[in-house]
Amino acid sequence: MTLSSAVAPWRSRLLAVAERRLPALTRLKQPEALPIRLHRHRIYVLPTRFGLMFSAVLFVMLMGALNYNNNPALLLTCLLGAASYQSVFQAFRCINGVQLVSMRGRPCHAGEPLFIDLSLRADGRPRRSLRLRVADQETVFDIDGGDGHVRISAPTALRGWYRVGRIRLYSEFPFGLFQVWSWVNPDFAALVYPRIEIGAPPLPRADDAAAEVATKRSGDEFAMLRDYHPSDPRRSIAWKASARHDTLLVKEFEQRRGQDVALEWSATAALPYEARISRLAAWVDAADAAQLRYVLHLPDQTVGPGLGPDHRHACLRALALQPGAAT
Amino acid sequence: MSTSAPVLTTPQFVLTAASVSAAVLPHLARMPKMFALLVVVLLAWRLLQRLRGGSKIPVWIKLPLVVLIPVLVIVYYGNIFGREPGTALACAMLALKLVETETRRDARAAITFASFVLMSALLFNSGLVVTLMLCAALSLLLATLHELEPRPETAKWQTWRKQLGDGLRTGAFALFAGVPLCLCAFIFLPRLAAPLWGAPTDDRSARTGLGDEMDMTKMQDLLVDDSPAFRVTFADAVPEPAQRYWRGPVLTRFDGTVWTRPRFVPNAVRTNTVTSVANVVDYEVTLEPSSRRWLLALDVPLEAPDNAARGTDMSLVATKPIDQLLRYQARSALRYQLDAELPPQERERNLMLPPGFDPRARALASQWRRDLGDDEAIARAPLAMFRKDFFYTLAPPALGRDSVDDFLFETRQGFCQHFASSYTVLMRAAGIPARVVTGYQGGYYNKLGKYLVARQSDAHAWSEVWLKGRGWVRVDPTGAVSPQRVQLGAQAAAGASAQWYQSDWLVGLRNQFDLVNRGWNSLVVQFNELRQQSLLTPFGIAKAEYYDLVGVLIGTSSFLLAVYSWWVLRRPREPGDALDAAYARLCRKLARSGAGRAPHEGPRTYARRIGAMADTSGSVQQLLEHYVNLRYAHALAPSAAVRQFVVAVRSLRLPRVFAKVNVLDQAATR
Repeated sequence: MTLSSAVAPWRSRLLAVAERRLPALTRLKQPEALPIRLHRHRIYVLPTRFGLMFSAVLFVMLMGALNYNNNPALLLTCLLGAASYQSVFQAFRCINGVQLVSMRGRPCHAGEPLFIDLSLRADGRPRRSLRLRVADQETVFDIDGGDGHVRISAPTALRGWYRVGRIRLYSEFPFGLFQVWSWVNPDFAALVYPRIEIGAPPLPRADDAAAEVATKRSGDEFAMLRDYHPSDPRRSIAWKASARHDTLLVKEFEQRRGQDVALEWSATAALPYEARISRLAAWVDAADAAQLRYVLHLPDQTVGPGLGPDHRHACLRALALQPGAAT
Repeated sequence: MSTSAPVLTTPQFVLTAASVSAAVLPHLARMPKMFALLVVVLLAWRLLQRLRGGSKIPVWIKLPLVVLIPVLVIVYYGNIFGREPGTALACAMLALKLVETETRRDARAAITFASFVLMSALLFNSGLVVTLMLCAALSLLLATLHELEPRPETAKWQTWRKQLGDGLRTGAFALFAGVPLCLCAFIFLPRLAAPLWGAPTDDRSARTGLGDEMDMTKMQDLLVDDSPAFRVTFADAVPEPAQRYWRGPVLTRFDGTVWTRPRFVPNAVRTNTVTSVANVVDYEVTLEPSSRRWLLALDVPLEAPDNAARGTDMSLVATKPIDQLLRYQARSALRYQLDAELPPQERERNLMLPPGFDPRARALASQWRRDLGDDEAIARAPLAMFRKDFFYTLAPPALGRDSVDDFLFETRQGFCQHFASSYTVLMRAAGIPARVVTGYQGGYYNKLGKYLVARQSDAHAWSEVWLKGRGWVRVDPTGAVSPQRVQLGAQAAAGASAQWYQSDWLVGLRNQFDLVNRGWNSLVVQFNELRQQSLLTPFGIAKAEYYDLVGVLIGTSSFLLAVYSWWVLRRPREPGDALDAAYARLCRKLARSGAGRAPHEGPRTYARRIGAMADTSGSVQQLLEHYVNLRYAHALAPSAAVRQFVVAVRSLRLPRVFAKVNVLDQAATR
């Protein structure tokens, strides 16, 4: 324990130097565009600590067999040695040709864990016990039948673009004697919505009449068709239209209202900068939950008016990317 | 690196326990019973405890065990070092490792240690079957390592059997893939001419073999042991079964129960006492290790092999105990006269009987001396007696203090040692010098391999009497009772008392299978530094030194690694589209003749450019147009048309006409 802690700073310093001096070796160049295919120029192999220990024991066995001049024992040792050393090729084959095809982040609010779905592809051969490490978090996955899906989660603190950064894709398959790894630095960022203010005041309303209308949940004027979401009531599904399109569509009825809810940047002037954004984000969510049309006024743009997931996303995105966001 | 992984899952633990058990199993039979029991109990207890969801074993249980085990080893073996106590200690410690195994790291350490223990089993028994079984056990170890690899959550719900099958398949695959590399290392790894540390000696208890004493009251384990004792190839004809007496130690001292060989027997180098030699046989013996110094030779050996001496009693004694398969040339005479003159001391020694034993046998002998007078007649008398009402059996009743009397007058059942011993005592009592010779009799001749194998169960004892004018004469009293003992072997003679597993056809099968064992012995077990040195003779290196061997080893293994690398790095051949392939080929052909397609050019633009370049390119333009048709006019081009296109591209011959034009063209555009 003490030894490894003493070595740790040296190790990290060496690594830093290596990454600076040998960018090709450590793949810390510019982020790459997806898809990224792993091939022999970017796959590295080293024995694991267990592999080294195993080798030491094999050496002792070899010496024992040679000393006793016992050929069957030597044969057994050679067989075990050959079987374990050729596993380096199996390990390489496990990771060679794996392709990181796409990444998709599901937007979340700052402070919540961000889930990112990675989809990987490889030729038909099944790949077992692949591992992925992002920011000290390890995920194990298989690629079966050519496709593999991994979901990683990352803690978020700031709104804006979250960069995943360098991903270590590695494997110790099949016997844990060798580690085969590759660095992947995809050009990908996931959007993190602003933090939501807890206990935010209720939505600002233009007048009470509007609120009265708003209690009537859905209007009766047909507005448009949109994709089905699991939370939609079943009776709003447009069955005929769905049959034509192979996906479930929902009839959206618009609420004729006197006025939309206006979420004003200026209405939050009393608060500090980030808190203003948090307040507006909380209001966007509240308006969305109440199924009220709303419009967001920001210093640099106006979003809406509108309602629905796309509108909510547009609003939260605009808020997330307000000046001062993470890039 | 987070190798100190979480606690093992149940399948992982069970597999680890299975690997550890497989490693310990071959050792159990050799350990003292109580110690073996301790190891088994430890393993079983831990497995059950773990399967019932038990937690970590506390230190106050582990620590006393760590102390107790070496103490027990010292109690049983008197030592911790050496092959026997060392492996016993290793087995127990391995069991203890399983007791404390909780994490992946522990399990990996246990597997590593288990492979060492597994290999050490071969230091005791290096037969073909054992070696194959242990090699197969390696796949279990590798399967365990495979199982220890982390799996995704979704894969954890696979069935047990599928998982185990996966693991074993991976292990077996690794072993098979490793075979070429293994053989190359095995053949070319330089052998040591002398051991690096402590010569592997002793462990007498480990092996059965001919002893240097014969106890009348004890059963000989040897006679039910079917392992081979030695194998012989003859230069010429094979002697008849009745002549195959393989001489071992000669026992002349008798204390009433036990026959022993005198500590000192003079060397027979100076005085040649074998005369009237006839029927000389040359042969080569391959002796299984016995940890003793006896060499076997047909009665009677004419000279001593290398590193051995021939005593005046004509037994061959090696200078060192035989710890490894030993091959030696020998020469024997089947007809001979041994010791025409017997020195008085020798005569004295071969007449000695312990006082106060076997009064009835002595009385009978002196009666014969009085009645018959003639030595030869006396020598025949007991044979007639044995033939009349004695039985040959491998399970005789127990004998008392006067063992010879009890045998001759009470039980009358026994096997070779009883007959030989009683006969010798009778002869000595009658005043005829006599001695017991132990060795092997018979052996199975394997016609396929053209060699003879003698098993431990062929061990035999007979007598020699010294008759004036004839010297030492071999008398086999067992043959008088049971001629088939001499003709067919001990087990056939025992007849009724034979076990089911000693039935004829099974014994026959075993004898045939011995051919494989012999091949194994000569090919693998006996492969030593001398034979290794002559490996490269066909390549012009008369005596391969270790650096030659290392060079060859590096060369061959590099080649093998290159083959493996090729297998790994080769690109999977993609089936691709025949039409695209043919188009690419057409473009390549055009490029070779000087009109390569620019990356941005589509087929039509390309065709137009070529048309502008030369007049002879009509066929090329047609082909390109054809391609455009096939590619873009159909969702899926008809395969017959595609094939036609492929053939057309293949048969297209292009003159190098474009070369000049192309250059001009480039110059123009520039």
